[in-house]
Amino acid sequence: MSLDADLNAMYQEIILDHYKHPQNKGLRDPFDAEVHHVNPTCGDEITLRVRLADDVVTDVSYDAEGCSISQAAASVLTELLIGNSVEDDMSIHASFLELMQGKGQVVPDEDVLADGIAFAGVAKFPARVKCALLPWMAWKDATAQALGGDR
Amino acid sequence: MSTLPGLLPDLDVMRADFPILSRTVAEGRPLVYLDSANTSQKPQVVIDAMVDHLETHNANVARAMHQLGAEATEAFEGARDIVAGFVNAPSRDEIIFTKNASEALNLVANTLSWADDRLGVHTGDRVVITEMEHHSNIVPWQLITQRNGAELAWFGLTDDGRLDLGEIDRLLTPNTKVVSLTYVSNMLGTINPVTEIARRAHEVGAVVVVDASQAAPMMPLDVAALGADFVAFTGHKTLGPTGIGVLWGRADLLNALPVFLGGGEMIETVTMARSTYAKAPHRFEAGTPPIVEAVGLGAALTYLDEIGLDAAHAHEQAITGYLLEGLSTIPEVTVLGPADAASRGGAVSFEVEGVHPHDVAQLLDSRGIAVRAGHHCAKPAHARFGVQSSTRASSYLYTTPAEIDAFIDGLLFTLSYFGIRTL
Repeated sequence: MSLDADLNAMYQEIILDHYKHPQNKGLRDPFDAEVHHVNPTCGDEITLRVRLADDVVTDVSYDAEGCSISQAAASVLTELLIGNSVEDDMSIHASFLELMQGKGQVVPDEDVLADGIAFAGVAKFPARVKCALLPWMAWKDATAQALGGDR
Repeated sequence: MSTLPGLLPDLDVMRADFPILSRTVAEGRPLVYLDSANTSQKPQVVIDAMVDHLETHNANVARAMHQLGAEATEAFEGARDIVAGFVNAPSRDEIIFTKNASEALNLVANTLSWADDRLGVHTGDRVVITEMEHHSNIVPWQLITQRNGAELAWFGLTDDGRLDLGEIDRLLTPNTKVVSLTYVSNMLGTINPVTEIARRAHEVGAVVVVDASQAAPMMPLDVAALGADFVAFTGHKTLGPTGIGVLWGRADLLNALPVFLGGGEMIETVTMARSTYAKAPHRFEAGTPPIVEAVGLGAALTYLDEIGLDAAHAHEQAITGYLLEGLSTIPEVTVLGPADAASRGGAVSFEVEGVHPHDVAQLLDSRGIAVRAGHHCAKPAHARFGVQSSTRASSYLYTTPAEIDAFIDGLLFTLSYFGIRTL
Protein backbone atom coordinates (compact mmCIF):
# COMPACT_ATOMS: atom_id res chain seq x y z
CA MET A 1 0.00 0.00 0.00
CA SER A 2 1.24 3.50 -0.69
CA LEU A 3 2.09 5.89 2.10
CA ASP A 4 -0.86 8.14 1.38
CA ALA A 5 -3.12 5.11 1.45
CA ASP A 6 -1.55 4.09 4.77
CA LEU A 7 -2.14 7.59 6.06
CA ASN A 8 -5.77 7.49 4.96
CA ALA A 9 -6.10 4.04 6.51
CA MET A 10 -4.95 5.49 9.82
CA TYR A 11 -7.05 8.63 9.69
CA GLN A 12 -10.28 6.84 8.80
CA GLU A 13 -13.43 8.90 8.75
CA ILE A 14 -14.60 6.86 11.76
CA ILE A 15 -11.54 7.96 13.74
CA LEU A 16 -11.84 11.60 12.74
CA ASP A 17 -15.56 11.52 13.58
CA HIS A 18 -14.89 10.15 17.04
CA TYR A 19 -12.14 12.77 17.48
CA LYS A 20 -14.44 15.63 16.56
CA HIS A 21 -17.49 14.19 18.33
CA PRO A 22 -16.23 12.13 21.27
CA GLN A 23 -18.79 9.79 22.84
CA ASN A 24 -19.35 9.46 26.59
CA LYS A 25 -16.72 12.09 27.35
CA GLY A 26 -16.65 13.77 30.75
CA LEU A 27 -16.16 12.36 34.25
CA ARG A 28 -19.29 10.95 35.86
CA ASP A 29 -20.41 9.74 39.26
CA PRO A 30 -20.78 7.18 40.69
CA PHE A 31 -17.62 5.21 40.01
CA ASP A 32 -15.68 2.40 41.66
CA ALA A 33 -12.19 3.28 40.49
CA GLU A 34 -10.45 6.22 38.86
CA VAL A 35 -7.03 6.16 37.22
CA HIS A 36 -4.82 8.74 35.59
CA HIS A 37 -2.54 7.52 32.81
CA VAL A 38 0.06 9.51 30.93
CA ASN A 39 2.06 8.76 27.85
CA PRO A 40 5.38 10.15 29.13
CA THR A 41 6.99 10.51 25.72
CA CYS A 42 4.32 12.76 24.24
CA GLY A 43 2.34 14.01 27.21
CA ASP A 44 -1.08 12.62 26.27
CA GLU A 45 -3.17 12.21 29.41
CA ILE A 46 -6.37 10.50 30.43
CA THR A 47 -8.35 10.34 33.63
CA LEU A 48 -10.73 7.39 33.42
CA ARG A 49 -13.45 6.11 35.74
CA VAL A 50 -15.10 2.70 35.80
CA ARG A 51 -18.42 1.79 37.40
CA LEU A 52 -19.22 -1.89 37.90
CA ALA A 53 -22.48 -3.47 39.09
CA ASP A 54 -22.82 -7.24 39.42
CA ASP A 55 -19.83 -7.80 37.13
CA VAL A 56 -21.29 -5.56 34.45
CA VAL A 57 -19.44 -2.47 33.28
CA THR A 58 -22.26 0.02 33.73
CA ASP A 59 -20.23 3.13 32.97
CA VAL A 60 -16.84 4.25 31.69
CA SER A 61 -16.29 7.98 31.81
CA TYR A 62 -13.16 9.94 31.03
CA ASP A 63 -11.47 13.25 30.58
CA ALA A 64 -8.55 13.22 28.17
CA GLU A 65 -6.19 15.44 26.26
CA GLY A 66 -4.20 14.23 23.30
CA CYS A 67 -4.02 13.51 19.61
CA SER A 68 -6.81 12.39 17.32
CA ILE A 69 -5.83 8.73 17.70
CA SER A 70 -5.84 8.66 21.51
CA GLN A 71 -9.05 10.70 21.74
CA ALA A 72 -10.88 8.56 19.20
CA ALA A 73 -9.64 5.42 20.93
CA ALA A 74 -11.18 6.59 24.22
CA SER A 75 -14.47 7.39 22.53
CA VAL A 76 -14.63 4.03 20.72
CA LEU A 77 -13.67 2.23 23.92
CA THR A 78 -16.67 3.58 25.81
CA GLU A 79 -19.04 2.60 23.00
CA LEU A 80 -17.61 -0.91 22.91
CA LEU A 81 -17.32 -1.61 26.61
CA ILE A 82 -20.24 0.04 28.43
CA GLY A 83 -23.04 -2.37 29.20
CA ASN A 84 -21.17 -5.66 28.85
CA SER A 85 -19.94 -8.12 31.43
CA VAL A 86 -16.40 -7.60 32.70
CA GLU A 87 -15.50 -10.96 31.17
CA ASP A 88 -16.74 -9.97 27.71
CA ASP A 89 -14.99 -6.62 27.95
CA MET A 90 -11.70 -8.27 28.89
CA SER A 91 -12.09 -10.36 25.75
CA ILE A 92 -12.74 -7.26 23.62
CA HIS A 93 -9.73 -5.64 25.26
CA ALA A 94 -7.59 -8.62 24.28
CA SER A 95 -8.82 -8.41 20.68
CA PHE A 96 -8.03 -4.70 20.46
CA LEU A 97 -4.59 -5.27 21.97
CA GLU A 98 -3.90 -8.06 19.49
CA LEU A 99 -4.96 -5.79 16.63
CA MET A 100 -2.76 -2.91 17.78
CA GLN A 101 0.28 -5.09 18.36
CA GLY A 102 -0.16 -6.93 15.07
CA LYS A 103 2.02 -4.55 12.99
CA GLY A 104 -0.83 -4.24 10.49
CA GLN A 105 -0.98 -8.01 9.87
CA VAL A 106 -4.01 -8.82 12.03
CA VAL A 107 -7.44 -8.77 10.36
CA PRO A 108 -9.90 -7.41 12.92
CA ASP A 109 -13.29 -8.98 13.60
CA GLU A 110 -15.97 -6.34 13.11
CA ASP A 111 -18.44 -8.36 15.18
CA VAL A 112 -16.13 -7.97 18.18
CA LEU A 113 -14.54 -4.56 17.63
CA ALA A 114 -17.22 -2.62 15.70
CA ASP A 115 -15.79 0.91 15.12
CA GLY A 116 -12.58 -0.38 16.70
CA ILE A 117 -11.65 -2.02 13.39
CA ALA A 118 -10.86 1.47 12.12
CA PHE A 119 -7.68 1.31 14.20
CA ALA A 120 -6.23 -1.45 12.02
CA GLY A 121 -4.45 1.26 10.03
CA VAL A 122 -2.86 2.73 13.15
CA ALA A 123 -1.08 -0.56 13.83
CA LYS A 124 1.23 0.17 10.88
CA PHE A 125 2.61 3.25 12.64
CA PRO A 126 4.59 1.99 15.65
CA ALA A 127 4.87 5.48 17.15
CA ARG A 128 1.09 5.81 17.23
CA VAL A 129 0.17 2.42 18.67
CA LYS A 130 0.70 3.68 22.20
CA CYS A 131 -1.63 6.62 21.46
CA ALA A 132 -4.43 4.17 20.65
CA LEU A 133 -3.65 1.98 23.65
CA LEU A 134 -3.53 4.77 26.26
CA PRO A 135 -7.27 4.69 27.13
CA TRP A 136 -7.40 0.90 26.83
CA MET A 137 -4.57 0.43 29.32
CA ALA A 138 -6.23 2.95 31.63
CA TRP A 139 -9.52 1.05 31.43
CA LYS A 140 -7.86 -2.27 32.28
CA ASP A 141 -6.06 -0.70 35.24
CA ALA A 142 -9.24 0.96 36.55
CA THR A 143 -11.29 -2.20 36.12
CA ALA A 144 -8.69 -4.29 37.95
CA GLN A 145 -8.76 -1.75 40.78
CA ALA A 146 -12.56 -1.75 40.87
CA LEU A 147 -12.63 -5.54 41.02
CA GLY A 148 -9.95 -5.57 43.69
CA GLY A 149 -11.88 -3.08 45.78
CA ASP A 150 -15.09 -5.10 45.57
CA ARG A 151 -13.63 -8.32 46.83
CA MET B 1 13.63 32.37 -2.54
CA SER B 2 17.26 31.38 -2.13
CA THR B 3 19.03 34.66 -1.51
CA LEU B 4 18.07 35.61 2.01
CA PRO B 5 20.61 37.96 3.57
CA GLY B 6 22.76 36.08 6.08
CA LEU B 7 22.54 32.65 4.46
CA LEU B 8 25.73 30.62 4.41
CA PRO B 9 27.40 30.78 1.00
CA ASP B 10 27.56 27.63 -1.14
CA LEU B 11 24.85 25.97 0.89
CA ASP B 12 24.44 23.16 -1.64
CA VAL B 13 28.16 22.38 -1.49
CA MET B 14 28.09 22.33 2.30
CA ARG B 15 24.97 20.16 2.38
CA ALA B 16 26.84 17.57 0.34
CA ASP B 17 29.04 17.08 3.43
CA PHE B 18 26.00 15.54 5.15
CA PRO B 19 25.26 12.18 3.52
CA ILE B 20 21.86 11.75 5.19
CA LEU B 21 20.53 14.97 3.66
CA SER B 22 20.55 13.39 0.21
CA ARG B 23 18.40 10.43 1.14
CA THR B 24 14.74 10.22 0.37
CA VAL B 25 11.91 9.28 2.71
CA ALA B 26 8.14 8.92 2.42
CA GLU B 27 8.13 7.23 -0.99
CA GLY B 28 10.93 9.07 -2.71
CA ARG B 29 10.45 12.53 -1.30
CA PRO B 30 13.57 14.47 -0.34
CA LEU B 31 14.16 14.54 3.39
CA VAL B 32 13.33 17.89 4.99
CA TYR B 33 14.98 17.61 8.36
CA LEU B 34 13.60 20.22 10.76
CA ASP B 35 14.42 18.43 14.01
CA SER B 36 17.96 19.66 14.62
CA ALA B 37 17.20 20.99 18.10
CA ASN B 38 16.51 17.34 18.92
CA THR B 39 19.68 16.07 17.30
CA SER B 40 21.81 17.42 14.47
CA GLN B 41 22.86 15.48 11.40
CA LYS B 42 26.51 14.50 11.01
CA PRO B 43 28.97 15.58 8.32
CA GLN B 44 31.05 12.92 6.58
CA VAL B 45 34.19 14.19 8.31
CA VAL B 46 32.75 13.21 11.72
CA ILE B 47 31.71 9.76 10.50
CA ASP B 48 35.14 9.27 8.88
CA ALA B 49 37.04 10.39 11.97
CA MET B 50 35.18 7.87 14.11
CA VAL B 51 35.58 5.03 11.61
CA ASP B 52 39.27 5.81 11.17
CA HIS B 53 39.81 5.83 14.90
CA LEU B 54 38.13 2.45 15.32
CA GLU B 55 39.91 0.99 12.29
CA THR B 56 43.42 2.16 13.08
CA HIS B 57 43.88 3.64 16.57
CA ASN B 58 41.52 1.78 18.86
CA ALA B 59 42.81 1.09 22.37
CA ASN B 60 41.90 2.18 25.87
CA VAL B 61 43.24 5.53 27.02
CA ALA B 62 45.67 6.67 29.71
CA ARG B 63 46.73 3.17 30.74
CA ALA B 64 47.77 1.08 27.75
CA MET B 65 51.58 0.98 27.51
CA HIS B 66 51.67 0.37 23.78
CA GLN B 67 51.58 2.35 20.57
CA LEU B 68 47.85 2.06 20.00
CA GLY B 69 47.23 3.13 23.59
CA ALA B 70 49.37 6.19 23.04
CA GLU B 71 47.56 7.02 19.79
CA ALA B 72 44.14 6.60 21.38
CA THR B 73 45.15 8.75 24.34
CA GLU B 74 46.47 11.42 22.03
CA ALA B 75 43.24 11.39 20.01
CA PHE B 76 41.07 11.56 23.13
CA GLU B 77 43.09 14.29 24.84
CA GLY B 78 43.36 16.08 21.49
CA ALA B 79 39.58 16.24 21.43
CA ARG B 80 39.69 17.86 24.86
CA ASP B 81 41.99 20.53 23.45
CA ILE B 82 39.58 21.15 20.58
CA VAL B 83 36.64 21.50 22.97
CA ALA B 84 38.65 23.85 25.20
CA GLY B 85 39.41 26.01 22.18
CA PHE B 86 35.81 25.87 20.97
CA VAL B 87 34.44 27.31 24.23
CA ASN B 88 37.51 29.50 24.91
CA ALA B 89 38.22 27.77 28.22
CA PRO B 90 41.11 29.27 30.21
CA SER B 91 42.48 25.75 30.72
CA ARG B 92 42.01 22.38 29.00
CA ASP B 93 41.77 20.82 32.47
CA GLU B 94 38.41 22.55 32.87
CA ILE B 95 36.82 20.37 30.17
CA ILE B 96 35.11 17.24 31.49
CA PHE B 97 33.65 14.64 29.16
CA THR B 98 30.31 13.24 30.30
CA LYS B 99 27.68 11.02 28.71
CA ASN B 100 25.49 13.97 27.72
CA ALA B 101 24.34 17.37 29.01
CA SER B 102 21.97 15.72 31.49
CA GLU B 103 24.86 13.88 33.13
CA ALA B 104 26.88 17.09 33.21
CA LEU B 105 24.04 18.93 35.00
CA ASN B 106 23.50 16.01 37.37
CA LEU B 107 27.23 16.02 38.12
CA VAL B 108 27.10 19.67 39.16
CA ALA B 109 23.85 19.32 41.13
CA ASN B 110 24.93 16.24 43.04
CA THR B 111 28.44 17.35 43.88
CA LEU B 112 27.06 20.71 45.07
CA SER B 113 24.60 18.83 47.27
CA TRP B 114 27.49 16.93 48.84
CA ALA B 115 29.87 19.89 49.15
CA ASP B 116 30.81 21.63 52.40
CA ASP B 117 28.91 24.65 53.67
CA ARG B 118 30.70 27.22 51.55
CA LEU B 119 29.63 25.69 48.22
CA GLY B 120 27.09 23.14 49.29
CA VAL B 121 23.31 23.30 48.90
CA HIS B 122 21.85 22.41 52.29
CA THR B 123 18.85 23.07 54.57
CA GLY B 124 17.58 26.61 54.18
CA ASP B 125 19.57 27.28 51.01
CA ARG B 126 17.94 28.21 47.74
CA VAL B 127 18.44 27.08 44.15
CA VAL B 128 17.02 29.30 41.41
CA ILE B 129 16.12 27.94 37.98
CA THR B 130 13.65 29.13 35.32
CA GLU B 131 10.28 28.03 34.02
CA MET B 132 11.68 27.51 30.51
CA GLU B 133 14.22 24.84 31.45
CA HIS B 134 14.50 21.47 29.80
CA HIS B 135 13.63 18.70 32.25
CA SER B 136 17.35 17.96 32.53
CA ASN B 137 17.86 21.31 34.24
CA ILE B 138 14.80 20.95 36.50
CA VAL B 139 14.76 17.40 37.80
CA PRO B 140 18.36 17.24 39.14
CA TRP B 141 17.70 20.39 41.18
CA GLN B 142 14.37 19.05 42.45
CA LEU B 143 16.15 15.89 43.55
CA ILE B 144 18.89 17.63 45.52
CA THR B 145 16.74 20.35 47.08
CA GLN B 146 14.14 17.80 48.18
CA ARG B 147 16.86 15.53 49.56
CA ASN B 148 18.68 18.29 51.43
CA GLY B 149 15.76 20.38 52.64
CA ALA B 150 16.67 23.30 50.39
CA GLU B 151 14.26 25.48 48.46
CA LEU B 152 13.76 25.50 44.69
CA ALA B 153 12.63 28.82 43.20
CA TRP B 154 12.38 29.95 39.60
CA PHE B 155 12.08 32.83 37.22
CA GLY B 156 8.64 32.93 35.61
CA LEU B 157 8.08 33.83 31.98
CA THR B 158 6.53 36.80 30.25
CA ASP B 159 3.75 36.28 27.73
CA ASP B 160 6.19 36.61 24.83
CA GLY B 161 8.37 33.84 26.23
CA ARG B 162 11.17 35.73 27.97
CA LEU B 163 12.41 35.48 31.54
CA ASP B 164 10.51 37.77 33.88
CA LEU B 165 13.53 39.64 35.22
CA GLY B 166 11.31 41.88 37.31
CA GLU B 167 11.49 39.09 39.91
CA ILE B 168 15.27 39.11 40.12
CA ASP B 169 15.56 41.04 43.41
CA ARG B 170 13.03 38.78 45.09
CA LEU B 171 14.67 35.62 43.73
CA LEU B 172 18.35 36.31 44.33
CA THR B 173 18.68 36.30 48.11
CA PRO B 174 21.80 35.88 50.25
CA ASN B 175 20.89 32.23 50.83
CA THR B 176 20.78 31.55 47.07
CA LYS B 177 23.58 29.07 46.43
CA VAL B 178 22.94 28.22 42.77
CA VAL B 179 21.37 29.89 39.76
CA SER B 180 20.98 27.44 36.88
CA LEU B 181 19.46 28.47 33.57
CA THR B 182 19.38 27.72 29.91
CA TYR B 183 21.27 29.94 27.48
CA VAL B 184 18.77 29.26 24.66
CA SER B 185 15.37 27.65 25.25
CA ASN B 186 14.79 24.38 23.41
CA MET B 187 11.08 25.10 23.23
CA LEU B 188 10.58 28.87 23.04
CA GLY B 189 13.86 29.58 21.29
CA THR B 190 14.51 32.52 23.62
CA ILE B 191 18.14 33.62 24.06
CA ASN B 192 18.56 34.58 27.72
CA PRO B 193 20.72 37.44 29.08
CA VAL B 194 23.03 35.01 30.86
CA THR B 195 25.88 37.42 31.52
CA GLU B 196 23.64 39.96 33.24
CA ILE B 197 21.95 37.30 35.38
CA ALA B 198 25.34 35.76 36.25
CA ARG B 199 26.61 39.16 37.40
CA ARG B 200 23.61 39.59 39.69
CA ALA B 201 23.87 36.01 40.95
CA HIS B 202 27.54 36.49 41.80
CA GLU B 203 26.65 39.56 43.84
CA VAL B 204 24.78 37.29 46.26
CA GLY B 205 27.52 34.68 46.12
CA ALA B 206 25.64 32.09 44.06
CA VAL B 207 27.29 29.65 41.68
CA VAL B 208 26.00 30.04 38.11
CA VAL B 209 25.30 27.00 35.94
CA VAL B 210 24.38 27.38 32.27
CA ASP B 211 22.75 24.77 30.05
CA ALA B 212 24.20 25.62 26.64
CA SER B 213 22.82 22.58 24.81
CA GLN B 214 20.92 24.71 22.29
CA ALA B 215 23.43 27.58 22.26
CA ALA B 216 26.64 25.66 21.58
CA PRO B 217 25.54 24.48 18.11
CA MET B 218 24.45 27.87 16.85
CA MET B 219 26.30 30.77 18.40
CA PRO B 220 29.80 31.58 19.60
CA LEU B 221 30.28 30.21 23.11
CA ASP B 222 32.95 31.95 25.16
CA VAL B 223 32.93 30.61 28.71
CA ALA B 224 35.60 33.07 29.77
CA ALA B 225 33.36 36.01 28.81
CA LEU B 226 29.99 34.49 29.70
CA GLY B 227 30.42 34.98 33.43
CA ALA B 228 29.11 31.53 34.42
CA ASP B 229 30.88 29.03 36.68
CA PHE B 230 29.71 25.88 34.91
CA VAL B 231 28.54 25.37 31.34
CA ALA B 232 27.07 22.12 30.01
CA PHE B 233 26.30 21.04 26.48
CA THR B 234 25.84 17.85 24.52
CA GLY B 235 27.83 16.56 21.57
CA HIS B 236 25.09 15.28 19.32
CA LYS B 237 23.44 18.66 18.80
CA THR B 238 26.75 20.18 17.63
CA LEU B 239 27.20 17.81 14.64
CA GLY B 240 28.91 15.23 16.86
CA PRO B 241 27.84 11.75 17.95
CA THR B 242 25.50 10.76 20.76
CA GLY B 243 27.02 9.41 23.95
CA ILE B 244 29.21 12.38 24.79
CA GLY B 245 28.56 15.63 26.59
CA VAL B 246 30.76 18.38 27.93
CA LEU B 247 30.95 20.11 31.26
CA TRP B 248 33.15 23.17 31.53
CA GLY B 249 33.76 24.41 35.06
CA ARG B 250 36.08 26.88 36.74
CA ALA B 251 39.15 24.91 37.81
CA ASP B 252 39.10 26.15 41.41
CA LEU B 253 35.47 25.09 41.80
CA LEU B 254 35.94 21.74 40.09
CA ASN B 255 38.81 20.86 42.40
CA ALA B 256 36.91 22.07 45.48
CA LEU B 257 33.87 19.91 44.75
CA PRO B 258 33.59 16.38 46.07
CA VAL B 259 33.91 13.64 43.48
CA PHE B 260 30.88 12.33 41.57
CA LEU B 261 31.19 8.76 40.26
CA GLY B 262 33.89 6.52 41.73
CA GLY B 263 36.02 4.13 39.72
CA GLY B 264 39.07 3.87 37.54
CA GLU B 265 40.81 7.01 36.19
CA MET B 266 39.34 9.35 38.81
CA ILE B 267 41.77 8.31 41.55
CA GLU B 268 45.23 9.25 42.66
CA THR B 269 45.74 6.17 44.80
CA VAL B 270 43.54 3.45 46.26
CA THR B 271 43.98 1.29 49.36
CA MET B 272 41.40 -1.06 50.79
CA ALA B 273 40.60 1.53 53.43
CA ARG B 274 40.41 4.71 51.40
CA SER B 275 41.26 6.54 48.19
CA THR B 276 42.54 9.90 47.13
CA TYR B 277 41.36 11.55 43.97
CA ALA B 278 42.78 13.04 40.80
CA LYS B 279 42.44 16.71 39.90
CA ALA B 280 39.98 17.82 37.21
CA PRO B 281 39.25 16.75 34.58
CA HIS B 282 40.03 13.11 35.41
CA ARG B 283 38.52 13.60 38.87
CA PHE B 284 35.10 13.50 37.19
CA GLU B 285 35.77 10.90 34.51
CA ALA B 286 35.41 7.55 36.24
CA GLY B 287 35.78 4.50 34.04
CA THR B 288 36.62 4.17 30.36
CA PRO B 289 35.43 7.41 28.78
CA PRO B 290 33.56 7.79 25.46
CA ILE B 291 36.75 7.71 23.40
CA VAL B 292 35.57 7.41 19.81
CA GLU B 293 32.72 9.78 20.64
CA ALA B 294 35.27 12.36 21.79
CA VAL B 295 37.15 11.90 18.53
CA GLY B 296 33.89 12.45 16.63
CA LEU B 297 33.04 15.51 18.70
CA GLY B 298 36.50 16.95 18.06
CA ALA B 299 35.98 16.54 14.30
CA ALA B 300 32.50 18.11 14.58
CA LEU B 301 33.68 21.18 16.48
CA THR B 302 36.59 21.62 14.07
CA TYR B 303 34.09 21.54 11.19
CA LEU B 304 31.86 24.07 12.96
CA ASP B 305 34.82 26.34 13.62
CA GLU B 306 35.78 26.25 9.96
CA ILE B 307 32.28 27.36 8.98
CA GLY B 308 32.42 29.91 11.77
CA LEU B 309 29.89 30.24 14.57
CA ASP B 310 29.14 33.85 13.64
CA ALA B 311 28.26 32.75 10.12
CA ALA B 312 26.26 29.77 11.42
CA HIS B 313 24.34 32.08 13.73
CA ALA B 314 23.58 34.53 10.93
CA HIS B 315 22.34 31.63 8.80
CA GLU B 316 20.17 30.34 11.61
CA GLN B 317 18.66 33.77 12.17
CA ALA B 318 17.97 34.26 8.47
CA ILE B 319 16.25 30.86 8.20
CA THR B 320 14.36 31.36 11.47
CA GLY B 321 13.15 34.77 10.30
CA TYR B 322 11.96 33.23 7.03
CA LEU B 323 10.24 30.43 8.96
CA LEU B 324 8.49 32.88 11.31
CA GLU B 325 7.40 34.94 8.31
CA GLY B 326 5.94 31.84 6.67
CA LEU B 327 4.10 30.83 9.82
CA SER B 328 2.67 34.34 10.20
CA THR B 329 0.82 33.86 6.90
CA ILE B 330 -1.20 31.00 8.39
CA PRO B 331 -3.86 32.39 10.76
CA GLU B 332 -4.45 28.95 12.33
CA VAL B 333 -0.86 28.92 13.62
CA THR B 334 0.20 30.45 16.95
CA VAL B 335 3.93 30.66 17.64
CA LEU B 336 5.09 30.19 21.23
CA GLY B 337 8.03 32.40 22.18
CA PRO B 338 9.57 35.61 20.85
CA ALA B 339 8.30 36.70 17.46
CA ASP B 340 11.54 38.33 16.28
CA ALA B 341 14.29 36.10 14.95
CA ALA B 342 17.05 38.28 16.38
CA SER B 343 16.32 37.33 19.98
CA ARG B 344 15.78 33.64 19.50
CA GLY B 345 17.41 30.43 18.37
CA GLY B 346 16.38 28.10 15.59
CA ALA B 347 13.75 26.13 17.50
CA VAL B 348 10.22 27.37 16.75
CA SER B 349 7.33 25.76 18.64
CA PHE B 350 3.79 26.45 17.58
CA GLU B 351 0.19 25.36 17.86
CA VAL B 352 -2.12 24.64 14.96
CA GLU B 353 -5.74 25.40 15.69
CA GLY B 354 -7.85 22.27 15.48
CA VAL B 355 -5.02 19.81 14.85
CA HIS B 356 -3.09 18.08 17.60
CA PRO B 357 0.73 18.27 17.34
CA HIS B 358 1.05 14.49 16.83
CA ASP B 359 -1.28 14.67 13.91
CA VAL B 360 0.60 17.67 12.48
CA ALA B 361 3.87 15.75 12.75
CA GLN B 362 2.33 12.63 11.21
CA LEU B 363 1.01 14.53 8.22
CA LEU B 364 4.31 16.38 7.73
CA ASP B 365 6.16 13.05 7.99
CA SER B 366 4.04 11.72 5.14
CA ARG B 367 5.52 14.57 3.08
CA GLY B 368 9.08 13.77 4.14
CA ILE B 369 9.25 16.59 6.68
CA ALA B 370 10.67 15.69 10.09
CA VAL B 371 9.57 17.85 13.04
CA ARG B 372 9.07 17.11 16.71
CA ALA B 373 5.69 16.94 18.42
CA GLY B 374 5.07 16.72 22.14
CA HIS B 375 6.32 18.55 25.20
CA HIS B 376 9.98 18.64 24.07
CA CYS B 377 11.05 17.74 27.63
CA ALA B 378 9.78 21.16 28.74
CA LYS B 379 6.42 20.40 30.31
CA PRO B 380 6.45 23.36 32.74
CA ALA B 381 7.09 25.81 29.89
CA HIS B 382 4.15 24.33 27.99
CA ALA B 383 1.98 24.54 31.11
CA ARG B 384 2.95 28.22 31.46
CA PHE B 385 1.36 28.89 28.09
CA GLY B 386 -1.66 26.69 28.83
CA VAL B 387 -0.79 24.05 26.26
CA GLN B 388 -0.10 20.38 26.76
CA SER B 389 2.13 19.98 23.74
CA SER B 390 3.28 21.71 20.59
CA THR B 391 4.86 21.09 17.23
CA ARG B 392 8.46 22.23 16.87
CA ALA B 393 10.38 22.96 13.69
CA SER B 394 14.08 23.48 14.29
CA SER B 395 16.54 24.45 11.59
CA TYR B 396 20.33 24.36 11.50
CA LEU B 397 23.20 25.50 9.35
CA TYR B 398 22.27 23.07 6.56
CA THR B 399 18.62 24.20 6.34
CA THR B 400 17.57 25.88 3.08
CA PRO B 401 14.77 28.36 2.36
CA ALA B 402 13.30 25.75 -0.01
CA GLU B 403 12.93 23.38 2.94
CA ILE B 404 11.04 26.06 4.84
CA ASP B 405 8.77 26.48 1.79
CA ALA B 406 8.12 22.71 1.79
CA PHE B 407 7.34 22.86 5.51
CA ILE B 408 4.83 25.69 5.09
CA ASP B 409 3.21 23.81 2.20
CA GLY B 410 3.06 20.74 4.43
CA LEU B 411 1.23 22.73 7.10
CA LEU B 412 -1.33 23.93 4.57
CA PHE B 413 -1.78 20.33 3.43
CA THR B 414 -2.29 19.33 7.08
CA LEU B 415 -4.97 21.98 7.60
CA SER B 416 -6.72 20.82 4.46
CA TYR B 417 -6.46 17.13 5.41
CA PHE B 418 -8.16 17.74 8.72
CA GLY B 419 -10.82 19.90 7.12
CA ILE B 420 -9.75 23.08 8.88
CA ARG B 421 -9.50 24.91 5.59
CA THR B 422 -9.59 24.12 1.90
CA LEU B 423 -6.45 24.51 -0.18
